[in-house]
Amino acid sequence: MSGILVYALHYEGAFNKNSLGAVSEGARLASELGTECHAIVVGEGVSDELAASLGAYGASKVYRVEGPEGLAQPVVDAMEAAIAAGGHGYALFGGGLLGFEIGAGLAARLDAGVCMEVTNVRVEGGKLVAERPILQDSQISSVHYRSDVGVIIGRLNAFEIKQTGGTATVEDLSVEFKAHSLQAKMLQRGEQRGADVNIEDADILVAGGRGLGNAESFQLLEDLAGALGGAVAATRAVVDAGWYSYSAQIGQTGKTVAPKLYLAAGISGAIQHKVGMQGSENIVAINKDANAPIFEFSDLGVVGKLEQIVPKLTEAVKARKGA
Amino acid sequence: MKICVLVKSVPEAGVTKRINPSTGRLERGGETRDNPFDTHAIEAAMQLKEGGELQVDEIVAVTMGPEAAAKALRKAVSLGADRSIHLSDEALAGSDVNGTGYALARVLATESPDLVLLGQQSDDGECYTIGAVVADHLQMPSLTQVIKIDVEGGALRCERQAEYGYDTVSIPLPAVISVGDAINEPRYPSLKAIMGAKKKPLETKSAADAGIEADRVGYDHARAHCAEFAEPPAKAAGQIIEDEDTSETVEKIVAWLDERKLLA
Ligand SMILES: Cc1cc2nc3c(=O)[nH]c(=O)nc-3n(C[C@H](O)[C@H](O)[C@H](O)COP(=O)(O)OP(=O)(O)OC[C@H]3O[C@@H](n4cnc5c(N)ncnc54)[C@H](O)[C@@H]3O)c2cc1C
Ligand SMILES: Nc1ncnc2c1ncn2[C@@H]1O[C@H](COP(=O)(O)O)[C@@H](O)[C@H]1O
Repeated sequence: MSGILVYALHYEGAFNKNSLGAVSEGARLASELGTECHAIVVGEGVSDELAASLGAYGASKVYRVEGPEGLAQPVVDAMEAAIAAGGHGYALFGGGLLGFEIGAGLAARLDAGVCMEVTNVRVEGGKLVAERPILQDSQISSVHYRSDVGVIIGRLNAFEIKQTGGTATVEDLSVEFKAHSLQAKMLQRGEQRGADVNIEDADILVAGGRGLGNAESFQLLEDLAGALGGAVAATRAVVDAGWYSYSAQIGQTGKTVAPKLYLAAGISGAIQHKVGMQGSENIVAINKDANAPIFEFSDLGVVGKLEQIVPKLTEAVKARKGA
Repeated sequence: MKICVLVKSVPEAGVTKRINPSTGRLERGGETRDNPFDTHAIEAAMQLKEGGELQVDEIVAVTMGPEAAAKALRKAVSLGADRSIHLSDEALAGSDVNGTGYALARVLATESPDLVLLGQQSDDGECYTIGAVVADHLQMPSLTQVIKIDVEGGALRCERQAEYGYDTVSIPLPAVISVGDAINEPRYPSLKAIMGAKKKPLETKSAADAGIEADRVGYDHARAHCAEFAEPPAKAAGQIIEDEDTSETVEKIVAWLDERKLLA
């Protein structure tokens, strides 16, 4: 049986949305292949209830493994053991960060083909073919697996969550972890840096990137957001630099938003940022580099210096609204 | 101790990157440069050496690629690496992530490094995965996208942003760490260092030299085989305003927003 094994990431008692999407996608593909979709959960004291809840998204069996959370290498061992027991033909991951690490480690372990940033999976001749945009999304390549197991790492939000209302059996799997897999120790997980701001409910977001040059310049965006009646968001680059709050970060390891207006200032438009905001209704970009990738997916692109444009725009918006 | 840094030569930013549909490989003509993400890895190695908390005796730059890839090694050496290794063999051309990571791990194994540093991503491949592949082959603990490294009791205290916020992870050596671009500001090589780079030892290895099994590498043995290159659905190009007169620019933006009822 060449079933599909999906890694389900959980944190504080809830599954990651991208993992739920991956389970749904795994179930869809499994039914097309005439096989089953199984999920695997690795953690400390995962409850029956939590593990079994994946049945609703289409998993028929959930392997539960007792092990450290938030680190990739123990999961590689766990998935290797599950595949040895279940004979799965594919390992599937939703978008995020751990999927890259686990999927890559598993590929090395099983001498398997791996494809990342997958936006679509299709069935062809009884096999799965992964589609991946490459070279800054300018081309889409189809990846065919030539190994016993194929590793598929999805792009953020690529797989839609679907509740099918099924049930899953929970099977405890005991895993003998490799020595090197247990050497990394999590000292602190999920630290929130910066103030807690709410950007998810905003209809208008004014987002800032490294082009702002420093933390103080975010005031320009606060002013514009204030005038527009919106909130301020940020890229990972500026959050990593400590210029803005993590809770306002958009993208692969941040939030996914789809406001009516997304105004990006000093943002290059890297794929990992794009995946978190491409669903926005209207995208406006201000960037001094006419070749910035963000202009490829903005509805209105303004080539110029943000420090010149943004303050005047704020005044103009205020004037227009006051009128 | 010894630090190995993985560096890669990639097409120059301005060069249009394209896959040749008949070979399924990236066209490697045109100017190349060192993968910008890797300079952060070299800088991280230099800071560990200069920090003095670890006794770093040697920094070795390692690359796999065609002849021209040696350029990335010269850059690494001008930035402070002591010597370099170039794995180059026609049999390796067109390797996928699985093959590339395996081949690099074989070369690294011959060096027995205490720490392997690499970039968060290659500018052309954008796979984010070589670190984890190498780590599994070398059986070393590993973390990717690291933006801060502190030495603490001989282990590395690493910070990185993951799905739920910032994680702090302690990693004992030997280890494999991929670094994010926020970790440091890479230095510029001095003219003297650029001139001196040619004098530092560069060793070229074939696949056989590194004990690489031929049926695990190269295009024909790629476990993930890329085929059929399609254009993504074309998105209507957005309107572009070049900012010449800012008052005028701003007027146009406001009109555009107004038309879409975004200023209500
Ligand atoms: C696994 C992984 C996960 C990631 N997750 C995320 C994520 O969740 N969110 C995210 O955003 N990124 C994420 N990234 C990082 C992402 O790849 C980019 O590095 C990041 O988005 C770049 O941020 P930026 O646009 O602010 O900076 P840069 O790419 O440095 O762009 C700055 C832009 O500002 C422009 N500029 C400079 N000065 C001015 C000026 N005066 N006026 C106007 N424009 C100016 C420049 O032309 C440039 O285009 C992730 C990366 C990886 C590998
Ligand atoms: N051919 C190669 N030779 C040496 N290092 C490489 C090679 N390919 C990738 N790397 C390293 O792996 C990192 C991540 O690349 P990738 O997983 O391809 O995005 C890069 O920043 C390099 O440090």
